[in-house]
Amino acid sequence: MNRIWRHAAVAALGLSLAACGRAGTDRATTVGFAQIGSESGWRAAETKLAISAAQARGITLKVADGQQRQENQIKAIRSFIAQGVGAIFLAPVVSTGWDDVLAEAKAAKIPVVLLDRQITTQDPSLFLTAVAADNVHEGQVAGEWLVGKVGAKPCRVVELQGTVGSTLVADRKKGFDQAIAKTPDIKIVRTQSGEFTRAKGKEVMEGFIKAENAAGICAVYAHNDDMMIGAIQAMKAAGLKPGTEILTVSIDGVPDIFKAMADGEANATVELAPDMAARGFDVLAAYQKDGKAPPKFVQTPSKLYLPDTAAAEYARRKDLY
Amino acid sequence: MSRAGRWLRAGLPQLAVLILALIANGLIAPNFFTLTVQDGRLFGGLVDVVNRGAPTALLGLGMALVIATRGIDLSVGAVMAIAGAVAAVAVNDGLAWPLALALALGAGLACGLWNGVLIAVLGIQPIVATLILMVAGRGVAQLITAGRIVTFDEPHLLWLGGGSVLGLPVAAVVALTALAVFLVATRRTALGLFIEAVGVNPRASRLAGIDTRGVLLCVYAASGLLAATAGVIAAADIRAADANNAGLWLELDAILAVVIGGGLLYGGRFSLSLALIGALALQTIKTGILRAGFPPEFNLIVMAAVVAGVLCLQSPAFAELVRRMRLRRSGAGS
Repeated sequence: MNRIWRHAAVAALGLSLAACGRAGTDRATTVGFAQIGSESGWRAAETKLAISAAQARGITLKVADGQQRQENQIKAIRSFIAQGVGAIFLAPVVSTGWDDVLAEAKAAKIPVVLLDRQITTQDPSLFLTAVAADNVHEGQVAGEWLVGKVGAKPCRVVELQGTVGSTLVADRKKGFDQAIAKTPDIKIVRTQSGEFTRAKGKEVMEGFIKAENAAGICAVYAHNDDMMIGAIQAMKAAGLKPGTEILTVSIDGVPDIFKAMADGEANATVELAPDMAARGFDVLAAYQKDGKAPPKFVQTPSKLYLPDTAAAEYARRKDLY
Repeated sequence: MSRAGRWLRAGLPQLAVLILALIANGLIAPNFFTLTVQDGRLFGGLVDVVNRGAPTALLGLGMALVIATRGIDLSVGAVMAIAGAVAAVAVNDGLAWPLALALALGAGLACGLWNGVLIAVLGIQPIVATLILMVAGRGVAQLITAGRIVTFDEPHLLWLGGGSVLGLPVAAVVALTALAVFLVATRRTALGLFIEAVGVNPRASRLAGIDTRGVLLCVYAASGLLAATAGVIAAADIRAADANNAGLWLELDAILAVVIGGGLLYGGRFSLSLALIGALALQTIKTGILRAGFPPEFNLIVMAAVVAGVLCLQSPAFAELVRRMRLRRSGAGS
């Protein structure tokens, strides 16, 4: 009997502490996550990893699927504010138009962490920090791998760009161009948009093979893995051997590219780490502990993966995405 | 004039466009017309055009029928995504391939019937009725694949995308078979006449005893079935169901194929073979643009300019101009 009372007292104390916490600094036991949607395997993995990272930290995560629409995301943020969540994670579907709703969050003293993408705003105090990859750096890692692999030999590269007009494409192109700029014998001879899809990647690569006379192509650089998977199919259909005759390097780290690497049909991928929410939680925890504002941009690592670990990585990822 | 002669004369502008587009491709890549045999399959620029164009051609056949009834089917791209998703998920769940294929085609047929009921029974305007499925259908496909790209490796299904029959790509054989089947169904029976009658004047044709509802239902069901066939082929081609991108904007390509093929958006007239040629011409132009080496930013501008040019060449005003010039020349000669 006595013990039960003691437990109850501890529980009551805990509750009152938690209540104090709500009013004070440590409110992040509930976090609202305004996610873009589930338009890709990568996005689905990001959501899954956010949920598991929250569970591991004892945080209640409320995920709102924005279905690719900004107004849905704004609605979700307003409802998070109304619910009095401790913090808000936002993966913004577009870069502009967030000022009003983020000002509301700021007025309610709820810190906002941007995940995966940046926003354009005059007032950087509207968000705590942005946790994202540096897309120029991703391109650089891909280019540096190719330079290291090819060395001083001449190499004609064909490039599969993403959808024309996105900053992601401009950045991934810029990084790669910077990395190969020092080696004049490695040059991009053809570039065309594969619109980030397998089907277009395949179609464009078919054209490259015909236009460049297969033997003239030394390497393929694709702005994402899906286009590369399509390109690999086009090379195989043409009787070429991707991975040995033609080098491949792409970006994202989706499961199927690891399968292709394990099968010896691809050479390298630069991972866009999907565990952005976990880093967001860490930044948030540090901020709430000592109250010191983190830098406005927390860069996630862009790790290069090669065929040696591909089979294990495929097994680890295939159910995540 | 013989039947073939009449067809040739009616299809002259379309054939001219296709041939011009092929010549342009030949100038862009001199090896465009080279055909070699690779792993028992034909391989070359022409094969690429036929392979890539087959889904649009299948959609174009359905679209030609729908447009002939003064309708339009905006949902075909989304139906492609649904069919691909159903086939991929079904074989990955261990279903036998014929069953997976039947499910995928059945899903397309069901989508087509849904459109047909909205239009024929409830009397909703076709552009609105099919817009519903265009928007919602992609969502359905994403639900089926759970937002992922579902890779599959069932050899029989993959054959539909990359296999060959007597050296010809399967996709092309399927498109030609579909053309033959629908030609027989519409031109060897009165069905084609019924379809055109409904397009010219639905009320009059109903009063004349044509089952307009039945005709409309059939036409939209056929469009759904053809879209599903295209969807399975497109998925097999990339060995995966990509619900977000499969068939994206292809409904517009299909409409364009019909228009390039000389179809009237007011309905009442259709030619399946010219729609097929329209689809091939469109794909030839696209292939040429992709290979020409323009910066990718110019793709759409070049495409728009070429299509505008093609449609100008086919316009009545241009035909009138040609007729007058001919008259003047013969007048000067006399």
